[in-house]
Amino acid sequence: MIPAAMPSEFQAVTVDYLAIAPMLIVVGGALIGVIVEAFAPRERRHTVQVWLTTTTLLVALAVLAVWSRDHMAVTLGGSIAVDGVALFLQGTLLALSVLGVLVMAERFGGVGSDAFTPMGASTPGSTQESVATRAGYATSEVFPLTLFAVVGMMIFVSANDLITMFVGLEVLSLPLYIMTGLARRRRLLSQEAALKYFLLGAFSSAFFLFGAALLYGYSGSTDLKELSRAITTSTGDLDALLLPGVVLVLVGLLFKVGAVPFHSWTPDAYQGAPTPVTGFMAACTKLAAFGAILRLTYVGVGANRWDWQLGVVAVAILTMVVGAVLSVTQTDVKRLLAYSSVAHAGFILVGVLAFSQAAIGGVMFYLLAYGAMTIAAFAIVTMVRQDGSEASHLSQWAGLGRRHPVVAGSFAFLLLAFAGIPLTSGFTAKFAAFAPAVESGTTGVVMVVVGVLASAVTAFVYVRLIVLMYFTEPVEGVVALTPSIPSTVAITVGLAVTLIAGVAPTWVLQLAGNASQFLL
Amino acid sequence: MHSLITEGDAMTASAASGMSSLAWLLIALPLLGAATLLLGGRRTDRVGPGLATGLSWASFAVGFVILLQLLGLAAEERAQHLALWSWVPAGSFDLDIGLLVDPLSVSFVLLITFVGSLIHVYSLGYMEHDPDKRRFFAYLNLFVAAMLLLVLADSYLLLFVGWEGVGLASYLLIGFWNWNPAYATAANKAFFVNRVGDLGLALGIMTMFVTFGGVDYETVNEGVANANQSTLTAIGLLLLVGAAGKSAQFPLQSWLGDAMAGPTPVSALIHAATMVTAGVYLIVRSHVVYDAAPDAALAVALVGAITLIFGAIVGCAKDDIKKALAASTMSQIGYMMLAAGLGPVGYAFAIFHLLTHGFFKAGMFLGAGSVMHGMNDQVNMRRFGGLSGFMKVTWATFALGWLAILGVPPFSGFWSKDKVIEAAFVGEGWQPWVLGGAALVGAGITAFYMSRLFFMTFHGEKRWTDDVHPHESPKVMTIPMIVLAGGSAFLGLALGPTGAITSWLEPVVGEHGEEHPVLAVPVILTLTLLVVALGLFLAWRMYWRDDVPEVAPRGSVLTRAARVDLYQDAVNEGLFMRPGVHATRSLVFADAKGVDGAAGGLAALVGGLSSRLRHLQTGYARSYALTMLTGVVAILGVLWVIQ
Repeated sequence: MIPAAMPSEFQAVTVDYLAIAPMLIVVGGALIGVIVEAFAPRERRHTVQVWLTTTTLLVALAVLAVWSRDHMAVTLGGSIAVDGVALFLQGTLLALSVLGVLVMAERFGGVGSDAFTPMGASTPGSTQESVATRAGYATSEVFPLTLFAVVGMMIFVSANDLITMFVGLEVLSLPLYIMTGLARRRRLLSQEAALKYFLLGAFSSAFFLFGAALLYGYSGSTDLKELSRAITTSTGDLDALLLPGVVLVLVGLLFKVGAVPFHSWTPDAYQGAPTPVTGFMAACTKLAAFGAILRLTYVGVGANRWDWQLGVVAVAILTMVVGAVLSVTQTDVKRLLAYSSVAHAGFILVGVLAFSQAAIGGVMFYLLAYGAMTIAAFAIVTMVRQDGSEASHLSQWAGLGRRHPVVAGSFAFLLLAFAGIPLTSGFTAKFAAFAPAVESGTTGVVMVVVGVLASAVTAFVYVRLIVLMYFTEPVEGVVALTPSIPSTVAITVGLAVTLIAGVAPTWVLQLAGNASQFLL
Repeated sequence: MHSLITEGDAMTASAASGMSSLAWLLIALPLLGAATLLLGGRRTDRVGPGLATGLSWASFAVGFVILLQLLGLAAEERAQHLALWSWVPAGSFDLDIGLLVDPLSVSFVLLITFVGSLIHVYSLGYMEHDPDKRRFFAYLNLFVAAMLLLVLADSYLLLFVGWEGVGLASYLLIGFWNWNPAYATAANKAFFVNRVGDLGLALGIMTMFVTFGGVDYETVNEGVANANQSTLTAIGLLLLVGAAGKSAQFPLQSWLGDAMAGPTPVSALIHAATMVTAGVYLIVRSHVVYDAAPDAALAVALVGAITLIFGAIVGCAKDDIKKALAASTMSQIGYMMLAAGLGPVGYAFAIFHLLTHGFFKAGMFLGAGSVMHGMNDQVNMRRFGGLSGFMKVTWATFALGWLAILGVPPFSGFWSKDKVIEAAFVGEGWQPWVLGGAALVGAGITAFYMSRLFFMTFHGEKRWTDDVHPHESPKVMTIPMIVLAGGSAFLGLALGPTGAITSWLEPVVGEHGEEHPVLAVPVILTLTLLVVALGLFLAWRMYWRDDVPEVAPRGSVLTRAARVDLYQDAVNEGLFMRPGVHATRSLVFADAKGVDGAAGGLAALVGGLSSRLRHLQTGYARSYALTMLTGVVAILGVLWVIQ
């Protein structure tokens, strides 16, 4: 069947370059990064890459804040929508990526980034690896890879078309698979994590594609707006395609946010990945995927939400409960934070399911707040060491407050924010996401009740860790390394955002609220 | 009852402008001092006390400029609101924080910062040799900041924050010398008794939130018109409980005497001039509620009347100079509460008496501190006597305070207390006779016990212990005393007969209209002066002319009862503590078995569930994929079935 509106000949699409300029800048930066990787002398590569990457991201952010803001448009033949939501999320993404890159750049006095292996291709424990270490190799490829991932995420949050969304999904995922496998220490664990993440990611992509195909079959278009129109004007012939299509596409996206039962990769990948990458993944991937979920559900398939909503409600409740309950028995800080991120995904889903404009603002605020605190938290995890490697087992954190009051104090503050204690951004964010849910009806209230109970369980976990840090005898040999200026900046900004968004959230809430309008 | 009296509506506040918009500095300056001294640690040992004193004066300066600004405005424009912070402006839930600068709060600001700063100066001398004086000054500054927050708050919630803040500072300062277990116990006692009051206030605030949907003064004042009488009475009574706890009013007065364990400047600042008057502030600030709930207002007046007699009786028997002054404070605050309970006729005079009392009582406390300074920190008046020749400045300043509290014209107390007594005689039925009678009798007893205190300390035979060599205190201590004595002498004259205080407060508390006491005003005046003269004469005969025994005689039943605070502690112990201990024990038992059991069981359940669920996390990618697939199938299946 050929739609009647099909043009008889090829027409060039119009492109609003100012609207998509931030994305173009990041792509450009990534490409330059690849060239730098090939030509810059080895000893200077790290420095050049860090400068290039942060500059690229900051320039993109500046362009976005100054010009793109006034050029909201649905462009590139309707496949990219640069609207309030996309701009807010892209801006947040760029800002968080800067923080993430600053943490990745941490060298702790070594040659290359401390978190990354000198040679990703070498077999762990092999002669080749030790030769590479001695020669002072460094995997500075992570920086262009990060930029590519950021491009993917930026496309993801503004994709107005299922194909574009899929492109974004893959562009953001592939670099992350690689980066997950590049840890300097416990390399086998890291490679295993990368492989699992890749396999399961591919599996979920298949779901997404299958769903997209069904939706195309249903509506005759991959465009979200067309899809929405098809649903409202449906004659009922192809309705059997709609529900499976929606569910399968959603599964692909829910996989990325780590919602139960599609979360299994989260703890393994979070634990195995180099810690700065974990922070970046937790903050930015989650943000991008929720951006896509918002757009898909609000712009695309919102019209028949009564058919599929209950399934997502079940997923949200499961996510909160499983995330909270499983965090209780974790003994590894990174896995603990992984389950915490699962629970937070559930909390954010509660906001998404409220289906109101206030909910969009609340969810976006939550993503910003959660991203800032997560990057700072993982940055602190990289600093705590025993015998040179990360002391990620909980028992090693005992008594940290006595030896390193500032480090432990900052981490405790972030934990309180994760728990959602008032005067931290965690509380304001939960409030912003839950309040619209309560107003949306009984289902919303039920989810909020579950959410509050789950928060109580996770609060127990966090407070237990705080107690461990402050009220037990210190473990011999555990030290907190002194971070360099870039990661200190990243941690400080993360803490500041967490504090300010908790104490005086008005401005950010308003910014998110004003931006919570999709362009149709 | 108030037929001739226009009931005061709360004035609406305009946005702060000019100096008022800097009102936050009032609180921020002393808070900065406290933070610097506490966080700076030993490094600030040397500069700390001076810095704290300077910041306190700076706060006074800000307050003074605000006063000048307000005086330049028309009376109805003198209420200014300063919004500071708005937290989560989402939907029905908002939490705004702001300050209210109006004649009432500015009166308090000036009292707190002026007397507070003088006491800072005095402490420079008094605490000179204390190794930990930095901490002392930090707490003083903390107290000043909290007290200013209390009076400047624009909502009951923020007031409560300040209320707890002064409680904390008071606790820290009473127990400042906590190496002495008795002092630490006194601090704890003050803390616990205050909790009872705070609970009342907290319940009152919650009731207001439920009734009016907000706890800022504006919302409450507007909501009163539509609220029902019994709710308002309940709110009024709950606020009274809070006020009684903080202001040491019957039946929550027991902590004040023991609180004298703190350093004397603390007693002067917190337990005479400022914190203990917070209860009066609360009542006057809530006048709209009390105007609409006469029963609650009557309860306030009765509590005040009982306390003024109670405190006066206790004061007659105390031999410890500071405890006698504490009893006197209690009694004088009783007068203020009485006035506040009388309605619009009394609000302005409650505040007026509060201001003059702040000066003369703080002055006398500082005088007592000066006496202790010269007498090796002794407090037993039976071992004083004849000090007037040795400590001339202390004697003179104390004498002015003494004349003021007696209500001898033309000193400050005369103008304020006499007005309270007159107001107590206004009304119908039994009330004016009981309340006015109590106020009148109280004035007589006050004259007796204050003269007793004065004569036992400064006149009569020397009954000193062998090792004391009384001497005048250094200038840094006497100058604040002289300034306060100046206030004791002239403040009343300046504010009272000129009508300044009533017209100044009128926009806040309403016009007090024309009053008609049941007795003619000159009659009341004469009676008051007569009972005062009688009390003075009795005291002169017993404690100046006759010898005072160095060991207290057994005394009459009443004397013995008064010495132990009229058995208040025994009553508390029998009525509250013992049953309380039993109740606590059974509660602890129930808690261990029931609540802890339930909580523990719940935790075990979550923990067990968690351990089970963990097994799903096998580490095999294939089983993860299977989980995902199962999830997809389940969701699709369920949705299809439902559809």
